[in-house]
Order: sequence, then C-alpha cells, then structure tokens
Amino acid sequence: MLKLLLDSLVKPVLTEAPPAAGTAAAAELAEAVGRAARRRLGRSLSVREVDAGSDNGPELEIHALNNPFHDIERFGIRFVASPRHADVLLVTGPVTRNMAQALERTFAATPNPKWVVAVGDAALDGGHFAGSYAVVGGVGAVVPVDLHIPGDPPPPAALLEGLLALIERADIG
Amino acid sequence: MAQTFAGMIRGRPVERHRGWPRLEVGRRAWATAGEALADGRLALAGLWGDRSAVHMAVLAEEAGGAAVLTLACPDGTFPSVGRLHAPAIRPERAVHDLFGLRPLDAPDPRPWLDHGRWGVRFPLGACEPAPADGLTYAFLPVEGEGLHQIPVGPVHAGIIEPGHFRFTASGETVVRLEARLGYVHKGIEALMRGATLANAAALAGRVCGDSTVAYAYAFARAAETALGIEAPPRAAHLRALMAELERIANHLGDIGAICNDAAFTLMHAHCATLRERVLRAARAAFGHRLMRDRIAPGGVAGDLDADGAAAIRSLVAEVQARFPALVELYDATTSLQDRTVATGILKSELARRFAAGGYVGRASGRAFDARRALPYPPYDALSFEVPVLSEGDVNARVWVRIREVEQSLALVDQILDRLPDGPLRVAIGGAGRAAEGVAMVEGFRGDVLVWLRIGADGQVERCHPRDPSWFQWPLLEAAIEGNIVADFPLCNKSFNCSYSGHDL
Repeated sequence: MLKLLLDSLVKPVLTEAPPAAGTAAAAELAEAVGRAARRRLGRSLSVREVDAGSDNGPELEIHALNNPFHDIERFGIRFVASPRHADVLLVTGPVTRNMAQALERTFAATPNPKWVVAVGDAALDGGHFAGSYAVVGGVGAVVPVDLHIPGDPPPPAALLEGLLALIERADIG
Repeated sequence: MAQTFAGMIRGRPVERHRGWPRLEVGRRAWATAGEALADGRLALAGLWGDRSAVHMAVLAEEAGGAAVLTLACPDGTFPSVGRLHAPAIRPERAVHDLFGLRPLDAPDPRPWLDHGRWGVRFPLGACEPAPADGLTYAFLPVEGEGLHQIPVGPVHAGIIEPGHFRFTASGETVVRLEARLGYVHKGIEALMRGATLANAAALAGRVCGDSTVAYAYAFARAAETALGIEAPPRAAHLRALMAELERIANHLGDIGAICNDAAFTLMHAHCATLRERVLRAARAAFGHRLMRDRIAPGGVAGDLDADGAAAIRSLVAEVQARFPALVELYDATTSLQDRTVATGILKSELARRFAAGGYVGRASGRAFDARRALPYPPYDALSFEVPVLSEGDVNARVWVRIREVEQSLALVDQILDRLPDGPLRVAIGGAGRAAEGVAMVEGFRGDVLVWLRIGADGQVERCHPRDPSWFQWPLLEAAIEGNIVADFPLCNKSFNCSYSGHDL
C-alpha cells in the first residue's frame, strides 16, 4: 500500500481537462431549462441512471465517468441511488415493454424540476431493436426527453460533454 | 442411417448441420439424454425452441465431444428435461414463452421472459394477440417464523442492469433469494429471423455490451461453420486479440468493483484506471473502445496497423508493470480478505451440475474453457493455462480473474508476435441451400454459444445466442444462501451475470 501511495506522488495526474460543453447538445437544451430551475440547481447535478433495456454497453461507459481520468464529481455531477434525490434521469435504451412501467414510475418519483437525458443510439429511436414486439422504442416514447447523447455507446467524453452542457445552460440563466 | 452420440443417444444425423453433429431424436432418446444430464454423464450447453421442435446442446465432458439433439414437437409438447435436470428449467420456461411449446411435467410452469407486456403471446410461434397489462407473478413460497422479505429492483440503486431480486431473510441471514429476470428482453431472436447475415451479426454484437466481441466472434464462427468457410489466419489472430483485450478489460473492471463492494475504493480506482487504458488502446488499435462491429462473418472489419500494434504493446507493458502491486495489495489487505474469503461459496457439485462456465465454474473446480475444450483457431496453436481453483468463494472468483488477466496479457503478446500477414476477409456467398452451424467461443464471463440456420437465400432463418449467464444466475441463488444480506452485492459482483445476454 505504501509503495502505491508513494508512487502516486511522483506520477503525473491522470485526470484530464474537461471537454468544451457540447455545442449541438447545448442548442438542444436552450429551451429545456427554465430560469427558476437554474437558480435552484446552482452548479450541481444529481443524476439517477436508469437502464430501460440497453445491452449494458452504455452502463460501462457511464461507469467510466467515475474513473480517475474523468472524475465527474469535480464538476458537481454525482450519481445518486434514488430518483427522489435526482435532478436528472440518465436513461439508456431501447425501452423494452417489460421496463416501460418501471421507467414511468421512476420518472414520476423524480421531483420537479427534472430533466431526462437519453443515452445512446438505441435510446433515440430503438436503434437496431426498433420494430421488435418486445420494444416500445426510444426513451422519448415513454418519458419526455430533454437531451439526447448519441453513440453506440457514447464514450465518456461525449457523456461528459452532454452533462456539462446541461449545467452550463443552467448557469447562464 | 442412425448415429449414436457418446455411446448412448441414438438419432438421425442432419446432413446440413456442421460444427457438431445434430441428431434428430425420438421422445425416448430425448428422455435418455435427460437422464444422462441428471446423472452427470452429459452437460447441458443450451436448450432452445424452433418451429415445432426443440433443440438441446449437450457436451460429453469426459469423453469429449458435443452435439445438438432435436426433438420434433408435432403436438406442441415435449417431455420436460427440467423435470430431471434443474438447469433446463429456465430455458424450458423461455421456450414456452417464445414458441408456445409446452414442456410436459415441467416442475415450474410459471412464465419467465414473458411479463404479460408484449401485447402478444408466443411471439416466435403462433404469435397470438394478448393483453399487455402485466401478469401477476407468484414468487416461491417461504414459510417460517420471523421471516421477512426484501424486494429489490428492477431499477437498482447502482448503475447496473435491471432485474428483480426477492430476498427472504431471517434477521440478516438470507434464507432464500429468488431472481425474476426478463426485464431487458428485446426480442433479438425474432429480429434476427429473416435478417441478412450482416444485420444479424450486428444484432449478435448487441446482445450483451460487455461481451460484444465474444458474441460477434461466436456468431461469425457459427456462420462460417454453416457455410463451410474459414476466416483467414490474420483475421483469426485479430479476433483472438480483441477477445483477450475484452477479457482483460472486464476482469480488471470486475476485480476493482468487487473490492469497491467491500468498501476498498483504492483498488477500484487503480483497476478502473487500468481498465480505461485497455479501452483507449482498443480505440487506438481498432477504432472503438468496446471493439463493437469489428468482427464480421468471413473475417474482421478492419486491419491493425503499426501504431495500433504499438499501442497494444505499450498497454501490455503498462498493465504488467502495475498489476502485480495491485494483486499484492488485494492479497495483503486483511479487511478485504475478511469480506471475500468464505463468502458466497458455490459448491463444486453444483458448478458441475449446471455446467457453469467462466470464472464461476473455474473457481469451483470445473475446468471447462471453450478455448481449450473445443479449441478454435488461433487458440489451438497458442500456449496458455486455464487457472482452476476449488474453494468456490468470492475470493476464488477474484483469483481466477487475476490469473486470467495474466494469461491474457501473455496471449496478447503471443498473438502480436506471430500475427500473420494476409487477407482480412473471405467472401461470404449464399450456400444456395439451407445450412446450419454451431460455434462456441470463450467470452470473459464464460462460453457463448451461437446456433444458426441460414436459408437458401442467405438470410437467417433461426439463430439462438446462448449466454453463459443462463447457467450462472441460478447458482447465485444457491451461493447466497446462509450469507448476510449485506454480502449480496459482493457475491453478485463476483458472479457478474449478464441481464441483457440472458434476457435476449
């Protein structure tokens, strides 16, 4: 343990500079975020992740946001265990028919003001799974979506960019 | 002309099926197979439905060899194998949900993947309209004084896939755990039906995100086997290279996450750092962090250039330099060992009976590894060890992963050393007639099986991808018994079963 700790004194910092807040993503958000909500949010976001039917790829990359390279908490963004503590639902898809009700209930349990960020190509319109008897479609088919982060799955930098846009826009207010 | 498999199952071989023999059997031989599974002479590698037929993949582990057995079900029923052999129960429930074929005398008649929300019943069979307002699901009864139940999920507290766990506890001790899965069922088998080979390959690569390489690999091999072609040597090596990188990345993630669930975040941070480096090297070498859509029937989608090879070489050097200190830290931290040793013990007998693959089986004495037991190129020419332990606890599942990371690093070096030049793909032509193939590939979690039937027009008629989790999820329920509720995350993470791969 001592060796590891000493090691960390001489090695360069892993954590990287943040990406610029996504321009495309920001435009999508401009209307979504109200003035009152901005004041309440400050520069902090509590995020509840909901897998509504994904293949687990997006979850792996969302996990990577917490690693030392991305260290998402330095931006005031943290993942919370309950929708009741959340400002943002980060939803991966496609939304399966077997998960639609759970997603609706999670959305209902999230206090206002709240935002929904759909993560990944399949979360937009069902992607490769569109048209299946077992799939409703994208996240927007079940709950209102404020921001969509594309990718299959989106890499951590793209996720970070989208979430930072959410805060930046909320900050201008 | 009848043929006999493993000296006991007689059936009529199907000419167009390649890879393993496929035998059309009668009800008596089907029942004989069930008995052979029950007494351990055979192991179950999969059970799935078809248009008015059921198939069962079996391994003769001691004698070696594997086969697919098929029973026609003209009256829509088949004798339950689950009645004799518990690992078949959930696959049979899924066969009924999807095809409407009924297992006779099945011990558990409840639906499994069908939650009553699809708007149809038997989507791959008769596909009848049905109400979509949800089925009530009767959990297994538990009796006793002072027992309480804890329902968890489908939406969990962490960033993980959805599923429901019903704990019954006496105080802190878990008396019974029952999982209810199927929440992420996407109907992939129905989407594959009638798809082109390319579209079906893309779907295969999206069955389970953490094993996208393993699934694309298994699908490609099944297609090639069916069509009687072989990927060129360079492609075979690049596939194995990606498969080993996927194994290293997932094992590193798991080792850290298990320690994290034992409140030892230092290991988690270091392992997550190494995992990130693997994904970045994969991005540099193959253009995608998870290496999705890089394997295609006939070969691979792109080449590895000198820069990519250098990125992987430098990754291997980095992990080899840093990993030993982490292993030492794991081994020398009493508070960690206190949580992982003797926790969540999976008995060898159960691992064997369920033919549990991957680290779940190999930490409980079952040495099966598809790369060794049913070798495919290039593994038949590579040297590696298959680490096996017998303790069966969380600690053993961590150590198997540690040893496999070391083996995989060495394999990556070997593959790069001998990477042959040459073409990346061979052309895939339609066979001009129906063709069938089966392939098994060792993913990080265990053996991934893909069974495939291609029509004369070159499109997929039927494909069944079988995740190793089918035979691991039930064992988690056994391993947690008698442990405290607070150790469930630790046990669960040490199994790390797939929801998406299982729910399909």
